[in-house]
Amino acid sequence: MIASFLIQTLNGLASASLLFLVALGLTLIFGVTRVVNFAHGSFFMLGAYMAVSFHELVGGGLLGFWGGAVIAALAVGVVGALIEITILRRIYRAPELLQLITTFGVVLVLKDVVLYTWGPEDILGPRAPGLAGAMWIFGKPIPQYDLLLLVLGPLVGLVVWLLLTRTDWGTRVRAATEDRDMAAALGINQALMFTGVFALGALLAGLAGALALPREPANHNMDLTIIADVFVVTVVGGLGSLPGAYVAAVIISVVKAWCIGIGDVRLFGTVFSFSKLTLVAEFIVMAIVLIIRPWGLFGTPQAAQRVAAASILPMPVPDMKRWWPLGLLMLALVALPLIVDRFTVVLVTDIIIFALFAASLGLIMGIGGMASFGHAAYFGAGAYAAAVAFKAGASFVVAIPTGVAFAAALAVLFGWFCVRLSGVSLAMLTLAFAQITWAIAFQWDSVTGGSNGLVGIWPPELLSSKSAYYFATLLLAGAAILLIWRSVHAPLGFLLRAGRDSRIRAEAVGIDVRIVQWRAIILAGSAAGLAGALYVFSKGSLSPDLLSIPRSVDALAMVLIGGVQTLVGPVVGAVVFITLQDWIVRATPYWHAVLGITLILITIIFPQGIVGTLRQWRQRRESAP
Amino acid sequence: MTAPVLAVEEIGKSFKGFRAVERASFTVDAGELLALIGPNGAGKTTTFNMINGQLLPDHGHVRLGGEDVTGWPPRALWRAGVARTFQITQTFASMSVAENLLVAILSRQKSAGLLAAAGNAHADEVQTRLAEVGMAHAADTLCSVLAYGDLKRVELAIALVDDPRLLLMDEPTAGMAARERGALMRLVAERARQRRTAVLFTEHDMDVVFGHADRVVVMNRGRLIAEGTPEEVRASPIVREIYLGGEAISAVGGGGI
Repeated sequence: MIASFLIQTLNGLASASLLFLVALGLTLIFGVTRVVNFAHGSFFMLGAYMAVSFHELVGGGLLGFWGGAVIAALAVGVVGALIEITILRRIYRAPELLQLITTFGVVLVLKDVVLYTWGPEDILGPRAPGLAGAMWIFGKPIPQYDLLLLVLGPLVGLVVWLLLTRTDWGTRVRAATEDRDMAAALGINQALMFTGVFALGALLAGLAGALALPREPANHNMDLTIIADVFVVTVVGGLGSLPGAYVAAVIISVVKAWCIGIGDVRLFGTVFSFSKLTLVAEFIVMAIVLIIRPWGLFGTPQAAQRVAAASILPMPVPDMKRWWPLGLLMLALVALPLIVDRFTVVLVTDIIIFALFAASLGLIMGIGGMASFGHAAYFGAGAYAAAVAFKAGASFVVAIPTGVAFAAALAVLFGWFCVRLSGVSLAMLTLAFAQITWAIAFQWDSVTGGSNGLVGIWPPELLSSKSAYYFATLLLAGAAILLIWRSVHAPLGFLLRAGRDSRIRAEAVGIDVRIVQWRAIILAGSAAGLAGALYVFSKGSLSPDLLSIPRSVDALAMVLIGGVQTLVGPVVGAVVFITLQDWIVRATPYWHAVLGITLILITIIFPQGIVGTLRQWRQRRESAP
Repeated sequence: MTAPVLAVEEIGKSFKGFRAVERASFTVDAGELLALIGPNGAGKTTTFNMINGQLLPDHGHVRLGGEDVTGWPPRALWRAGVARTFQITQTFASMSVAENLLVAILSRQKSAGLLAAAGNAHADEVQTRLAEVGMAHAADTLCSVLAYGDLKRVELAIALVDDPRLLLMDEPTAGMAARERGALMRLVAERARQRRTAVLFTEHDMDVVFGHADRVVVMNRGRLIAEGTPEEVRASPIVREIYLGGEAISAVGGGGI
């Protein structure tokens, strides 16, 4: 028993080394540039693929493996520098939410670059020469390579630490981390340093990716899998803390390894599989840390994030006289199935469902000022709960409310944690939550159908035609969208905006901002759950893909394209997004890259989105003499 | 005799061994304007933040009408009748002046509704409150485009919306033009007399202090060193020493008479 625990601990420490290298790069970049680089997981993936290619080029042996690791790391460093110069430089002064989305655009582009260059199949990487065997400890085997990794992680960490504390460059980097403006005033060349730090961070992630090859094949999920883990590590360890990154990486990895080591345990007559609980364990560790120290083990409490006044848009109360366009739209929507073909009816059904999804995210993001990178958790939860209820014999009429209720319950749980954080930490937390929800759906075969999902979930006879289901969707989702719009101008919406505009003022007039935000998250979660439930019955099947991070980012993209902080923006965004997607997916397999470039361009050029930009133009025209 | 509106009893606070405030005690009565003054670093802001709930005192008590409110969070203090304004004005920038007041009114309800339109319900009250600070004409103007002096008035209107027992003002005239300062303080003084509101304010501008305060409390190096009417304080040799002579002025520079 003790021996097996020791083995699992060593195994966990080896994983921790890789996690630490990636987290270290992320933390370095954040320290100097204040940007949380979403694309850091992509650098990790890129490192793995590049090492594979170098190995194929040179052949095996020491040079093939270690040379490959070094070359891959350097190459990823160069890629990082290029990305910093072309993209990151333009967003250093932007609000942090936009920065996150820009770097997510980079994630999407790099995903397709990898797909284009290396193809869709997993590629088995080289083993480390001379280290393919195992050492025997207490009669149990432990891979020699794991032992090497275990040492290598802290060693590289030490080198980086020496670089930061013993060199001129490091001193300057630390000065910039302490006080960016002061460092600039002292004549430190910022542009060059930012590029250097970004390249170093990317290099570390690339090295970790190359070193991960003997343990897992190069594959397309590496980027988001590792970034979710790294975000958890960063939240637990404290943003910007080097020792925090290591300690948290060790805690998370070792706890996971132990769960696997414990395996199946008989408790009260039922078999309890700990090895399937790894992600739940990660969640529990994070939850405990957040309750005790919301700023992480080694972090310092962040000053309250204040939204720059210039980025806040007013929210005019809708003028009843201008409601005729909405009426006209309603009329057109009702008449639609009589005019267009069946495929268009299905497309518009999709659009309505995603309009609700986007509108619900718009409520907490635009009105509440809370970034969510995991809104698909509620969408997927609604879909899964409705599907599972249906499979258990519930009718459509029961299954839909079940989906909503389950999503609401999840929002109660997640929201309780979310309102304790703000800014980038909040964004990372929501992403981690969504990833955990995804993993549960993926692993819980007996209920969720695992990676295959569930099929045969169809609405009753009455709604079986595409037009009938369209009307049902229009009625339910339309009502929910109107409720969300209404709530923005109801007391809840006002208090929510108050908390966003000035938290200390809001608290000083007696508003419990956390409770208000929590209520908004629950409302938004329920609405997203309804969208998910409606979606599953329109498609007849579902898979864990519904809960994946790209699905959350779809919602973010819709809100951004339409315009954050505007009422109709998210809905307009959904219309544009789904229509474009439908069109582009048929034209090219590289939809992700197109979406990624769109996100990058929007965040840099039109941060107010379609509706926001139009409104600004109109205001400028009106105020011009 | 009834308890004073605000009674600060022997409160103190240290930061990493540095004693920012040591055993400070004073009271503010209904209808009274008390100015808390002192050179930079004297402990005014720390004292102020212990009263408004942003800092927890290491020891001592803050009492409101006799009730111990030490360590209450700002929103609980608001419900107990304590309102405040900020040194750097805090309003809701995405909202109009009227909507800013509306939010303060809406916070009275225990739970925020989803369906009722918030806008129309309190229109009359909002207008009355704005008229009291002379801002009724700007009800529909966005806060983000208001001049700073007007923004200060709006913030005052927000603070006064529930007729507080105690009004806390952190540097109320900072950043304002000299002419506007007098007008704002006259407004506050008038209000204090009419509604018996107790007012505690910190201030750097001595014209404002001696022109509008009923009583002045002077702090230096974390201690309360003098207390009295503006005339008494102005005549006090210790206060003269702090502001005009000795080491304080060379050490801190600002805050001159």
